[in-house]
Amino acid sequence: MPSLSRPLSLGRRLRNLCFMGLCGLAAILVLAPLGAIFGYLVYKGTGSINWAFLTHTPRPVGEAGGGMANAIVGSMIVLGIGSMIGVPLGIGSGIYMAEFGGSRYVNGVRFTADVLNGVPSIVVGIAVYALVVLPQQHFSALSGGVALGIMMIPTIARTTEEMLLMVPNTIREAALGLGIPQWRATLQVTLRTASKGVITGTMLAFARVAGETAPLLFTAFGNQFWSLKPNQPIAALPIQIFAYAISPFDEWHRQAWAGALILIVLIVVAVAAVRVVTSRGNMVNND
Amino acid sequence: MGVGIEVKDLSAWFGKAQVLKEINIKVGANAVTAVIGPSGCGKSTFIRCLNRMHETNPEARLTGTVQVGDINVYEAGTDAVDVRRRIGMVFQKPNPFPTMSIYDNVSAGLRLNGYHKRRELDAVVEHSLRMAALWDEVKDVLKKKSGASLSGGQQQRLCIARALAVQPDLLLMDEPCSALDPISTGKIEELIFQLKAEYTVVIVTHNMQQAARVADHTGFFLMGKLIEYDKTEKIFTTPSDKRTEDYITGRFG
Repeated sequence: MPSLSRPLSLGRRLRNLCFMGLCGLAAILVLAPLGAIFGYLVYKGTGSINWAFLTHTPRPVGEAGGGMANAIVGSMIVLGIGSMIGVPLGIGSGIYMAEFGGSRYVNGVRFTADVLNGVPSIVVGIAVYALVVLPQQHFSALSGGVALGIMMIPTIARTTEEMLLMVPNTIREAALGLGIPQWRATLQVTLRTASKGVITGTMLAFARVAGETAPLLFTAFGNQFWSLKPNQPIAALPIQIFAYAISPFDEWHRQAWAGALILIVLIVVAVAAVRVVTSRGNMVNND
Repeated sequence: MGVGIEVKDLSAWFGKAQVLKEINIKVGANAVTAVIGPSGCGKSTFIRCLNRMHETNPEARLTGTVQVGDINVYEAGTDAVDVRRRIGMVFQKPNPFPTMSIYDNVSAGLRLNGYHKRRELDAVVEHSLRMAALWDEVKDVLKKKSGASLSGGQQQRLCIARALAVQPDLLLMDEPCSALDPISTGKIEELIFQLKAEYTVVIVTHNMQQAARVADHTGFFLMGKLIEYDKTEKIFTTPSDKRTEDYITGRFG
């Protein structure tokens, strides 16, 4: 009778070691570019970050100093508008796909979301240019927000759907069995149970569009001056970085690096803040 | 106080498959009634018809009437949400809301129906947890621990407390002990016995000893039909139907 209690053969132990090594290597290869990019940004960018950079608007070429304050605030405004459009619509359609509609229509919505996810961002920009900018006759923060919002919808919708489908049906039954109306059970029990994953999806979508340049080029357009008006062209970090990076001036190059670093820091801070705020009141399984 | 139930000509389907055939039964108030029968005999469907949980499955439909106390459950003007508020349900697998604390679990039925008076909620939570014999074990961690962090038996008692907190007239239990160990089962059976002072209880069970221990009346279901319904003692000692006798003596099922 074959015995399983014999020691593992040398070959098997070697193979084990070999695969463990390969997995570790793969992990390093995945993390390395990220580390490299961030490290290089810090190296190139920190030198140009100072109080003036964060609080001043750009200066004309040749004049030293100046900053990207308007672009930092502009990015926040455009992303805020985008989130106000993208988050409710994305979560709403995710709930619809997972909890309500009949299968045929849901498949249509899901397919559309997947296609929208694959549409190049510049195409979204052109569409919004045609739909919002042309009728208004001018560029605006609002149109930039619409473009980013549209780009957020499919990611948020699909992750919300997936996360809701992972909530066991027994949880829905428990809520309905207590005499809680369907809409409340869906929002305050099912969605809440899935909230962690839904927030992750939302943050992924947010982080992805935060760095988008193409859809902002002919919507938000950029602006050298202070503007907080949603109806006017507005500066945004990605556009500013792009404009500065392709310029022939060293000072602008340095500022572009600093802008890129600020953009990444802003995204990280926003994601972390949302996580802290939304995890309040939710229990984790701690036993 | 508990209320009586009167079911007339109740038939239920999932798609084309008929799972309940012309059930007629009268259940007394403030008593425990057990529903027994082999897997797939329709006993779970039967109690899910009593609080309109049956219709949450899109394939489901039914005919017949159900009267619970003064509610005509399937009358045109009756709202399913109202019915479920007055008929509590405990499910087979403990299903506490995982992201909510113990306190929030118990008060969920009231809070999510727009009831927010702190002081009264506190009182209801304590009363319900005491009724479910869980208070002493959790009173110090009410808002600190999640419902899902409790043991299986505690979770099920939490679910019972959650159902009791909305002060229903009737409590339905769908195999509440099937996922629990013998000690937890014993606690819940004791609890069921005490609950009948204030509630009418209908319990589905696979475990015939359990039916014999807790129920005043027992109904035996087979292939969607109610074969026999009588005092528990009579069902388990001198059943009048041959099929009931075969089932309780373990000849099938």
